[in-house]
Amino acid sequence: MSAPDESPGMDIDLLKGSDRSVWNRVFLAQETWIALAILVIGLIVSIISAKFATSGNLLNIFQNACFIGIMALGMTPVLISGGIDISVGSILGMCGVTLGIVLNMDMPLAVGIAATLAMGIACGAVNGVVIAYVGLPPFIVTLATLSIGRSLALVLTNNEVFYEFGQATDGIIALGGGYSFGLPNVVYALIVGVIVLHFLLTMTRWGRYLFAIGGNEGAARLAGIPVDLIKVSSYAFSGLMVAITAVFLVGWLGAVTNAIGTGYELQVIAATVIGGASLTGGFGTALGAAIGAVLVEVIRNALLIAGVNPFWQGTFVGSFILAAVLLERIRSLRR
Amino acid sequence: MTVLARLKNIVKDFGAVRALDDVSLDINQGEILGLMGDNGAGKSTLVKTIAGNFQPTSGSYVLEGKPVVFSGPAEARRHGIEVVYQDLAICDNLTASANVFLGRELMRQVGPLRVLDHKRMNTRSAEIFKELKSETRPADLVVRMSGGQRQAVAIARTRLAESKIVLMDEPTAAISVRQVAEVLALIRRMKAQGLSVILISHRMPDVFDVCDRVVVMRRGRKVADKMIEQSSPEEVTGLITGAILAA
Repeated sequence: MSAPDESPGMDIDLLKGSDRSVWNRVFLAQETWIALAILVIGLIVSIISAKFATSGNLLNIFQNACFIGIMALGMTPVLISGGIDISVGSILGMCGVTLGIVLNMDMPLAVGIAATLAMGIACGAVNGVVIAYVGLPPFIVTLATLSIGRSLALVLTNNEVFYEFGQATDGIIALGGGYSFGLPNVVYALIVGVIVLHFLLTMTRWGRYLFAIGGNEGAARLAGIPVDLIKVSSYAFSGLMVAITAVFLVGWLGAVTNAIGTGYELQVIAATVIGGASLTGGFGTALGAAIGAVLVEVIRNALLIAGVNPFWQGTFVGSFILAAVLLERIRSLRR
Repeated sequence: MTVLARLKNIVKDFGAVRALDDVSLDINQGEILGLMGDNGAGKSTLVKTIAGNFQPTSGSYVLEGKPVVFSGPAEARRHGIEVVYQDLAICDNLTASANVFLGRELMRQVGPLRVLDHKRMNTRSAEIFKELKSETRPADLVVRMSGGQRQAVAIARTRLAESKIVLMDEPTAAISVRQVAEVLALIRRMKAQGLSVILISHRMPDVFDVCDRVVVMRRGRKVADKMIEQSSPEEVTGLITGAILAA
């Protein structure tokens, strides 16, 4: 028996069926559907308003999508392992506040970034430890830390807004708001993030174990996989990606309020699920999360450009989550 | 016959519940041992104790002459003890090959990185499936497979290492008659290679078909341990239900 269609290196064996043609696999991939949806929405809105398809607006969409997208990359391993993290908005608040406070003390940018990343990882690790070792449901634990994180951000800042970043002012603004080779810096962060996460998910034990835990946690345990440790690491990874987002977002905004990131969890989870990650665990891709973020942002932007009352945004994002989950159902029936 | 493993006076408590009560058992090399008993009789606890999932509350476990205390199934596996679980312990969202190698993936060096060696794992899995005369393809997702193919994946897991004892938990419970014959043939092939197989089963005909010896558990105690030709399905049924107290 020969091993069928070996593509050396980066094959995602999750969507890989040897009896599937290339066309069939592309057709089955959620990424393809989302890309199509983005195109269709883009075309329709371009017809309605000339303001949509300008390079300025498209760049704006992409920049905004990157913030959600990087966090969605962090959410992906959590969802794959069968968990969920609804505290990401509050972790973003904690990270933003940390960066604001440290830079406000006239510390070098590198110190501020290091402190922010450490805060993100620590917040995620706390979630992970309570979920994995205490054994409470992820939804409840991260709902609690959503509340705790936002409250601590208020306590730490005493409701103060930080816009003085001392010696790091130019550096942080250049990093978050600046461009390299014609594209916002955060775009490169997202692209690097997609490549790194794709590699981690398809080529490392860590990735393989995340899928195994999401597919059958009991089996993973019986196979001797350190399930609890992997779970903690997935939440810590989510926290790290949130911290990276915080660094770029603070630089872009030029100020830190303790409300930074409020309500982001919905958009992040929407992006991840729309991109093909399963809320019941076991599926998800790096590219899907990024493309899902672009779709969420395109919907938001298109509604604004088309002159729809912004109050409707939540309705549309919510409907797309439902549609994405339904699509996943239909796809799994086809398999 | 060489004794491969010897369990002596094993007790396992879960809080106030005594799951195993003073169980002693010899596992002989190249022997197929049938382990029978009703639900809750302690079969699974016994298997999980042998496989390192549980540490006994008291009693000794000697493997090849050396006393062992396993920290977990991974350590037991390093000592050559493999388990095929009842629920198959398979991840539906992974490929056959990924399941076979779950927890002991083959890696290759790419520059400074150690990455999964998909190609080598697929090739090795294909070899094992061929050996098992199974038509399972390594790169297929398990979710699309038949019961027999899934069983082959679970059994293939035990063939990776130089295993000495293979514990099989209800391997014939959820598959077709033709596939049962295949699995029983496989068990005989494992014995022929000098492996010890412990077959946990509810299916009397399977046990009397392939086993050399039968052990019956009831309420955490071992109530019988005899050669298969000295017993009968009627006696074993009586022992399981408690109509016969011990034999």
